[in-house]
Amino acid sequence: MTVAVAVVKVRDLFAAAMLFAIYSLLSAGLFAVLDAGDVALTEAAVGAGISTILFLAMLALTGHEERPARGHNRLALAVVVVTGACLIYAAGDLPDFGAPGNPPHVHVAPYYIEHAYTDMGVPNMVAAVLASYRSIDTMGEAFVILTAGLGVVALLSVPPRRRRRKHKPGKAEDDS
Amino acid sequence: MAWLGHFNYWIVVILMMIGFYAVIARGNMVKKIMGLNLFQTSVFIMFISAGKIIGGSTPVLREGITVYSNPLPHVLILTAIVVGVATTAVGLALAVRILEAYGTIEEDELVDLHDQAPDESHPGMPAGKGDTAT
Amino acid sequence: MRTNGILRIIARFLIPLIMLFGLYIQFHGEYSPGGGFQAGVVFAAAWILFALIYGLDAALEVIPERAQFVLACLGVLLYCFVGLLGVVLGGRFLDFYPLLDSPHAAQQTGIVAVEFGVGVTVATCAMLFFTFFARRKREIDAAETGEDD
Repeated sequence: MTVAVAVVKVRDLFAAAMLFAIYSLLSAGLFAVLDAGDVALTEAAVGAGISTILFLAMLALTGHEERPARGHNRLALAVVVVTGACLIYAAGDLPDFGAPGNPPHVHVAPYYIEHAYTDMGVPNMVAAVLASYRSIDTMGEAFVILTAGLGVVALLSVPPRRRRRKHKPGKAEDDS
Repeated sequence: MAWLGHFNYWIVVILMMIGFYAVIARGNMVKKIMGLNLFQTSVFIMFISAGKIIGGSTPVLREGITVYSNPLPHVLILTAIVVGVATTAVGLALAVRILEAYGTIEEDELVDLHDQAPDESHPGMPAGKGDTAT
Repeated sequence: MRTNGILRIIARFLIPLIMLFGLYIQFHGEYSPGGGFQAGVVFAAAWILFALIYGLDAALEVIPERAQFVLACLGVLLYCFVGLLGVVLGGRFLDFYPLLDSPHAAQQTGIVAVEFGVGVTVATCAMLFFTFFARRKREIDAAETGEDD
C-alpha cells in the first residue's frame, strides 16, 4: 500500500516506473501466499517485466518529470473518499475471507476439482479449466492480444511529422 | 469480530481508491495509465482472495493434499492480467501519438493548446484538415 | 551497452537460460503452474534483454519484424485450427475428445497444442510492442534533424 501511494505521489516518472515494478512484484508475492501459483507467475512476468519495459520505453520519448499539481485537488479527493466509504460499507455484506462455505466454492468449482484429473489426465487444474473446460474464453483472449498488437502497430507505423517547436524554442534533444 | 473477516476487502478498496485518485487527479498521461494498472491489480487481489480457502493449497493435484483452493478465479484473473497489459500497451501508444501531435502529455497543457486556434495547435496532423476530421 | 563488460557477460549466460526456462514453463504447464501466457512473456523478456544489451538492430536480425507479425497471427490461427479439427473429426468446436483414441491423450494433445498457440502469440506480440516503441525515438530524431529549418 505504501508503494502504491509512492507511485502516485512521486514526480520523477522514472522512479515511479521502478516503484511500479516493485508494486507488481509485491502483489505477485501476495498471490503466491494466497495459493495462486499460475497467477503469481503471470503477474510477476507481466507486471514487473512487460509493463515496466513499456513504461520505460515511453519515458525515453517523453520528459522525466511530471508537472506539479496546481494545489490539492479537493474535489478528486472528496470523490475518492466518498466512493471508498461506499465500497467499504458494501463490503460488509460479502462473505468472510477463506471460509469453505463461500458462494464461489459451491457451484461449479467442486466439479472441476474432482473431475479434472479423471476427465483430462492433467494434474494442473487451472490449465485444465483454462484450456479445455473454458477454451473459448482463452481463444477470445488470444484474439485480444493480437488486436492489441495490431493496434500498436497501426498507431506507431505512421512516421512522425516535423514538429514546429512553438513552446520550447531553444530546447535541444536531451538524451540522443 | 465480524468485521475482521473482511479486512482483505478493505485492503482492496484502499488500493483501488489510490489507483482511482491517480487516474482522475494527476494530469500526466503516463501517471494516469499507472493508476489504471494499480486499479486493475487491486481487483485481481480481490478475486484471488475470494477464491482462497484457509487450509487449502495450490490447485495442482498432488499426493497427500485433500483441500485445494478454488481454481476458477485463477483462470479468470490470468485472462484479466494479459488483457490489462494489452490495454496498457495501446494506451501508451496513444500517448506517444499525442506527444508527437501536441508536444506535451500533460492534461492541462493539452486543454490550453486546444483552446487556442485549433489548426495552429495540430502541427502533427496533415495540413488542411482542421477540425473536420477524417 | 555493448561495451559494458559485466552486463555483456551476464547476458550471454542468462539469455539462453531464460529462453530455456520459458520453454520449460510452456510444456510443463500441465504438471506445475505455468502454461502459454507465462511462457510467452518470459520468452519475450529474453529477447528484450538481448535487444537492450546488443542493440535493437542486432535483435531484429535474430527475429525480424516480418517473422514477428506472421508468428503472431499463426499462433491464433493454430488455436482456431485445433478447434475446427474437432469439428471436422466429428465433435463440437474446440472439442478435444475426437482427436485421438484415448481420451486422456486426446485432451493432453489438444491442451498442449492450444497453449503453444497462445504462447507464440503472446511472445511475438510482446516483442512487437517493444520493437515499435524502441524505434520511435530513432524516427523522431530522424524527422527532426532531417528537416530542420
